[in-house]
Amino acid sequence: MVELWFVIIAFLWTGYFVLEGFDFGVGMLAPLVSRSAAEHRAGLQTIGPVWDGNEVWLITAVGAMFAAFPAWYAGLFSAYYLPMLLVLVGLIVRGVGLEWRGKVAGTLWCDLGIAAGSALPAFLWGAIFAHLLFGSTSAALLGGAFTLTVCLLHGAVFLALKTTGQVRRRARVAALAAAVVTVPVAVAALSGLGTFPALAATGALAAATALIWRRREGWAFTATAAAVVLTALAVFLQLRVRPLPGLTLAEAASGAYTLTVLSWIGLATLPFILLYQGWSYWVFRKRVQVAG
Amino acid sequence: MDALDLARWQFGVTTVYHFLFVPLTIGLGIFVAGLQTAWHRTGKEHYLKLTKFFGKLFLINFAMGVVTGIVQEFQFGMNWSEYSTFVGDVFGAPLALEALLAFFMESTFLGLWIFGWDRLPKRIHLACIWAAAIGSNLSATFILSANAWMKHPVGYEVVDGKARMTDLWAVLTNSAALAQIPHVIGAAFIVAGGFVLAVCGYWLLRTGAPMWRSAARGALVMTAVAGLVVAGTGDTSARLLYEQQPMKLAAAEGLRHDTAGAGFSIVPGLEIPKLLSFLSTHEPDSVVQGTDDLQRRFEQQFGPGDYRPDETIVFWSFRVMLAFGLTTVGLSLLGLWLTRRRRQFPAWLSRVLLLALPLPLIAVIAGWLLSEIGRQPWTVAGELLTASSVSPGVSLAAVATSLTVFTLLYGALAVAEGVLLVRHVRGGVEEHTPTPVAERREPSLMY
Repeated sequence: MVELWFVIIAFLWTGYFVLEGFDFGVGMLAPLVSRSAAEHRAGLQTIGPVWDGNEVWLITAVGAMFAAFPAWYAGLFSAYYLPMLLVLVGLIVRGVGLEWRGKVAGTLWCDLGIAAGSALPAFLWGAIFAHLLFGSTSAALLGGAFTLTVCLLHGAVFLALKTTGQVRRRARVAALAAAVVTVPVAVAALSGLGTFPALAATGALAAATALIWRRREGWAFTATAAAVVLTALAVFLQLRVRPLPGLTLAEAASGAYTLTVLSWIGLATLPFILLYQGWSYWVFRKRVQVAG
Repeated sequence: MDALDLARWQFGVTTVYHFLFVPLTIGLGIFVAGLQTAWHRTGKEHYLKLTKFFGKLFLINFAMGVVTGIVQEFQFGMNWSEYSTFVGDVFGAPLALEALLAFFMESTFLGLWIFGWDRLPKRIHLACIWAAAIGSNLSATFILSANAWMKHPVGYEVVDGKARMTDLWAVLTNSAALAQIPHVIGAAFIVAGGFVLAVCGYWLLRTGAPMWRSAARGALVMTAVAGLVVAGTGDTSARLLYEQQPMKLAAAEGLRHDTAGAGFSIVPGLEIPKLLSFLSTHEPDSVVQGTDDLQRRFEQQFGPGDYRPDETIVFWSFRVMLAFGLTTVGLSLLGLWLTRRRRQFPAWLSRVLLLALPLPLIAVIAGWLLSEIGRQPWTVAGELLTASSVSPGVSLAAVATSLTVFTLLYGALAVAEGVLLVRHVRGGVEEHTPTPVAERREPSLMY
């Protein structure tokens, strides 16, 4: 039961990184791939209907950690106090920026908030987890650089997949530019883990680069998503015995009763969540056209 | 000042701030869903205009509720790691349920609603706003049962210095939760009703267009019904306090010694005889425990220490809650009477409704101060002291930094939100005849 809950939490974090990964990328790139207000709007509209639902994966992952492994949750969040504070600041200004953007006269402040609020968590999540694994500042910086560049690539590919015309063309160029940085950084960051999923993640990023070069946007997005999944898998495989230094998974876990009850509720609700969230992606499956 | 004081200040600031937006989300979501339903059923265009107008105000506010809510979830781990480790087994479960059963539904269907005007069949689109609004209300239900557990812990045992849940159903149907959930959700509907009434008051003064009258009538009914729920559950809460949190009750009344036939002091010096005893037990001559006597008994039970909350804050927050809450509900009843059977809103009433905007917000904040400061010095009544809940490894400088960052950021956002709301209220409804929804190519509502 303890292992099952570790797997569920790893699944929730992975879902969060895959989904918010491209939200963060789009948030940073939308000003760069547009030359007009309408194009800018179209870029952000690719994530408009879904980013809030994507963020709930984080809220659920953290809530599940709190319930299933209280000591892990408490230890992680109090140990990484200032990075978590900055993550919160980022998520606040990004969320407010995205929701208020269409309702204000000048969009400058919202655009700044969206870009900075996407870059901060994109960098910090990598830094936090890398520091958790390797315990050094240099590893944290490398890990942060890795997740930041992966989000840029993942978001650029998503933009290319979901837009048309000039925005789509520029998004492809942005993806190629991001890939030039991402692949070497990935080699440096993931070789530290050296496990099979880590190596496969590097391979997936290389494949994504080739696919976006050949304008196979759907497959390129699959490849960047796979890279995020494989990286998360590599990280959680490392954490499975000791999720925090000096703390074993069993010590951190809640009682059997809580885990059993939560399992039933999780199993009963997750299929529905996946179903209706999937449906919302299906409703907005068409490429976003630039208005006017 | 030490890290504990600042962590408490941060919790107070961020929670009160969060709860300025939450009640509006809870009540306004249902109100907007009701307007859209009215449009769906009658086909009258002014309902569509009102749906879009209040929908926009709802969304501006919703953003703030969401982003300040994440802070709440993180800060238990950041500032209160000892608390989190002690309670996670029990307290985490409603939080996880809240995310799984409420937040996913709320956010996904709200996204569909905002961007789905021209993409979804009308009926499905209407269902989306209902799903989102029900999601908000469900989330309140779960978080309030978690909060009620802190005041009246049930369904658990303490093993190896940690609370272990033994009965989730008992936690969710805690008597304290069953009283608190309708009380707080009802209060949220009063806040939302007060907000809609202020907006309508403004527009009734400006134009007197009939649609504002119909929206205001709807909000009056909502506020009055919610007022009955809040008053009824408030009465239940008083009796539960008598049994479960006698110290809070005594502090709220400034009652120092155990008293038979205790009176209710409206303000210090003005007392209604025997009313407190009656409210506590429905028996006018029953004994209500006083703070000094309770302190003595708690010392025997829990060892040396001060078990009294800040009596000034608890005493006055109770009165502010009652006065401001009852005034709002009274206004709604008066409004219903004055505008009965097609009577128009008199200008003075519109003006009063506009000016009354802050009253219900002040009442709910006072209610939370009573609830949370009244529970002190405990985080979990009888089990865990606030002083033992704080993160041991987090420095004073770290908490000071985060308190400063949140205060400044929240202050700036409050100004921005206020400006944005005022501008959109003044902008009014879209006056041009909207193209039939199915024909429009681009959604007009980008976030």
